[in-house]
Amino acid sequence: MFDNLDFDVIRRSLPYLFLDGMSFTLMLTGLSALGGLIFGTLIALMRLSGYKLLGRIAGLYVDFMRSLPLVLVIFWFYFLVPYIGQWLTGASRPIRVGAFTSSLVTFIMFEAAYFSEIMRAGIQSISKGQPAAASALGLTYSQSMRYVVLPQAFRNMLPVLLTQTIVLFQDTSLVYVLSIPDFLGAASKVAQRDGRLVEMYLFAAAVYFVISCVASYGVRRLQARIAIVR
Amino acid sequence: MIEISHVNKWYGPTFQVLKDCTTSVAKGEVVVVCGPSGSGKSTLIKCVNALEPFQEGQIILDGIKVNDPKTDLPKLRARVGMVFQHFELFPHLRIIDNLCLAQEKVLGRSHEEAVAKGNKLLERVGLTVHANKYPAELSGGQQQRVAIARALAMDPIAMLFDEPTSALDPEMISEVLDVMVDLAHEGMTMMVVTHEMGFASKVAHRVIFMDKGEIVEDAQKTDFFGSPRSERAQKFLSKILSH
Ligand SMILES: Nc1ncnc2c1ncn2[C@@H]1O[C@H](COP(=O)(O)OP(=O)(O)O)[C@@H](O)[C@H]1O
Ligand SMILES: [Mg+2]
Repeated sequence: MFDNLDFDVIRRSLPYLFLDGMSFTLMLTGLSALGGLIFGTLIALMRLSGYKLLGRIAGLYVDFMRSLPLVLVIFWFYFLVPYIGQWLTGASRPIRVGAFTSSLVTFIMFEAAYFSEIMRAGIQSISKGQPAAASALGLTYSQSMRYVVLPQAFRNMLPVLLTQTIVLFQDTSLVYVLSIPDFLGAASKVAQRDGRLVEMYLFAAAVYFVISCVASYGVRRLQARIAIVR
Repeated sequence: MIEISHVNKWYGPTFQVLKDCTTSVAKGEVVVVCGPSGSGKSTLIKCVNALEPFQEGQIILDGIKVNDPKTDLPKLRARVGMVFQHFELFPHLRIIDNLCLAQEKVLGRSHEEAVAKGNKLLERVGLTVHANKYPAELSGGQQQRVAIARALAMDPIAMLFDEPTSALDPEMISEVLDVMVDLAHEGMTMMVVTHEMGFASKVAHRVIFMDKGEIVEDAQKTDFFGSPRSERAQKFLSKILSH
């Protein structure tokens, strides 16, 4: 069945696939992970703050995000963001939001739900003696969090956070519903244009597979190293 | 320096962990607190720097009321050093950074100042060569000496110790006690929860015996070890001294 396949189409489209597609995918992954981690940490802190209402709000947010299919969130967000922006800025018409910004905001909000659970587990894994020692030295609650608890929670959870980021890397391909040329979108555009569906989708799958495998291997190495240091 | 009067504390609605505790520690005085496990020693000492809140009574530290809602607790705690049973060094920071963190963030000292002070104290506890290591690379005794140095770096007006040697291997106990004895001889105000009666008889001025949340005995050292005292303290003493 491979007789009439033309793998040269891949070679010809490599610059477009990687310089446009993959760089978009990596940028979206990286920024979403960073934003998700920051926002997620804030949510985790809210949940652990001891203020009931704050904790409830954060908990509801996490449950809400985790019970929706990501594709739907991406889709809805793309249509809602212009109106939310209009409402926030008081503009007279829906503000224009690029597909990148829209998908970035979506992923940050969605991933924050998952990252927050990881960071919450990380913070809870730090023994009570650590913040107590920080307090005894005169550090305030926020200083103790910032300089003592969070760095340790982050370090302990780094392998899990990175694993979640690998999942995120694969999930970013869902932006195809907005016809955005991420890596998969770019591959699919070439596939449609040249009528080379099998070749392009095989290649795309191989690329996702290799990158994810290499990254997972790296995470396992890191995990072993952290285990030794501790 | 430390005035504890009629302190009552409950965990939950029914469990009273401290019962009408009253005592004091004068400037330059070394007071040893002992008693069976679960008697409330840690709780009492943690009330002094407000790591634990209490419901009734009051504690006054260097003229400042600890349980006054208007008291700036971080500022108050910065003035009292505390050493924990399990050292509680910050494992993600090098030894020298363990000593510098609070100096810089709480006292506002410059990094150079903090490092200079930190190095001076490391020298004092004999650990200069370990300045750039991480806590996990040090033995328990070394870690506890770092913890003492970290507390001293804040120029505390008093030091609280909560069983500083009970998590240590026996051969490391004396290196930590030596540092504490030196401190006592220099006139540091100290409140020390410990079962090291050798330390108590060497440097303590007073010994407090606690049982079931009560201060059962509060006596001058010579009285505590010598003359008649409560039956509970006697039993406890004979138990730990026979070890
Ligand atoms: N956070 C807490 N919640 C409930 N009970 C506690 C808590 N901390 C300590 N206790 C109880 O209070 C009592 C006194 O504890 P503690 O002060 O640690 O005793 P000690 O230091 O003398 O061994 C113990 O019975 C202990 O189980
Ligand atoms: Mg204790």
